Amino acid sequence: MGACKVTDQDFEKEVLQSEIPVLVDFWAAWCGPCRAIAPIIDELAEEYQGKVKICKLNVDENPLTPGKYGIRAIPTMILFKDGQPVETIVGAVSKATLVNAINKVLS
Amino acid sequence: MSEKIFFDLVIVGGGPAGLTAYLYAKRALLNCLLVEKGPLGGQVLLTDWIENYLGFPQGISGYELVSLFQRQVEKYGLEVKYQEAVDLEVEEPYRVVSLTNGERLYTKAVILALGATPRRLGVPGERELTGKGVSYCAVCDGPLFRDEEVAVVGGGDTALQEALYLTKFVKKVFLIHRREAFRAIPILQQRVQENSKIELILSTVVKEIHGKERVEALSLQNLKTGEEFSLKVAGVFIFIGLIPQTDWLKGKLALDENGYIITDREMRTSLPGVFACGDCLSKKHRQIVIACGEGALACLSAQEYLQGLKDV
Repeated sequence: MGACKVTDQDFEKEVLQSEIPVLVDFWAAWCGPCRAIAPIIDELAEEYQGKVKICKLNVDENPLTPGKYGIRAIPTMILFKDGQPVETIVGAVSKATLVNAINKVLS
Repeated sequence: MSEKIFFDLVIVGGGPAGLTAYLYAKRALLNCLLVEKGPLGGQVLLTDWIENYLGFPQGISGYELVSLFQRQVEKYGLEVKYQEAVDLEVEEPYRVVSLTNGERLYTKAVILALGATPRRLGVPGERELTGKGVSYCAVCDGPLFRDEEVAVVGGGDTALQEALYLTKFVKKVFLIHRREAFRAIPILQQRVQENSKIELILSTVVKEIHGKERVEALSLQNLKTGEEFSLKVAGVFIFIGLIPQTDWLKGKLALDENGYIITDREMRTSLPGVFACGDCLSKKHRQIVIACGEGALACLSAQEYLQGLKDV
């Protein structure tokens, strides 16, 4: 299984009320860099299964949540812990950068 | 910690130059590895539409072109290490490339296809608001500014191309350039002149980017009159050239005053066994087709060098 899909409707339940930290990848189909890092996001979902929830939110289909978090660039990855955004990463970064950010939140 | 791994050739950078070099290396049956710190494709991934690469009469999106490059290389087996190269040493007869994870790649030859990253304006507010309205990638972020007013800074091909692209989404583009005339090729200048959504602000520089949670306005100064004024925009897209990422090579091989790698016409750097190609080179013009040509040449020169090692 890869990353799970979240929407404006279930964001509150799936992300903000999650028991474990959540990484949300804000992406869109027209964004080449987003598609380029998609395999990395899926790998992270495998590797952190049970420890961190890895989700993708399509900004075209779900305009409310990106608006709420002031997303002005994609891909943007936000790490949520206890309903709060604790780390924001902008751009098609390396897997190592994402792993470092996740581990920082886990420690 | 460090583990020794041996190769004929290590290529650092997976943009058009590095991928072409890799294709040539695989067809020459070299034991070869590609090192890339981000996704494959480099700056091409940030390009919305490419019309000057032969073989695609309708043009092609940057993402699609990268996908096709990748598919072609994968036919020969694509082995990529997704790490950043941080050091280059000589341990004869090897060149040693060190990675962020501590691995040391022992290789007989190296091709540096490091590319370049967008230059920053260096004004207050830029760093703080990056990702919050300050952007270096219209294809990534443009559609998030639907029906809003944005600024584009720059006067070269990229600035004009991306300003035109942005007009598909935004209400208005203010194209800000510090000179009176653009450097961009005539066809792009013509399209910009004909586009009613683009307003030119010439001989003008950005002094500061304002905004709390997101970009709200720019402070501008007209260089001719000295007049300072404010411009309300929701975003600012900056295309003022590139800088190479070659700090880790200082003192190892010859770089020019801007940090670009100096090579001869055969793509040889000042360090034997190390070749370079693409946008990281000290040169005047940076284009995909030029990077590909240099990538091929760098690999052919590397093969010649490897053959020379065998003959000794």
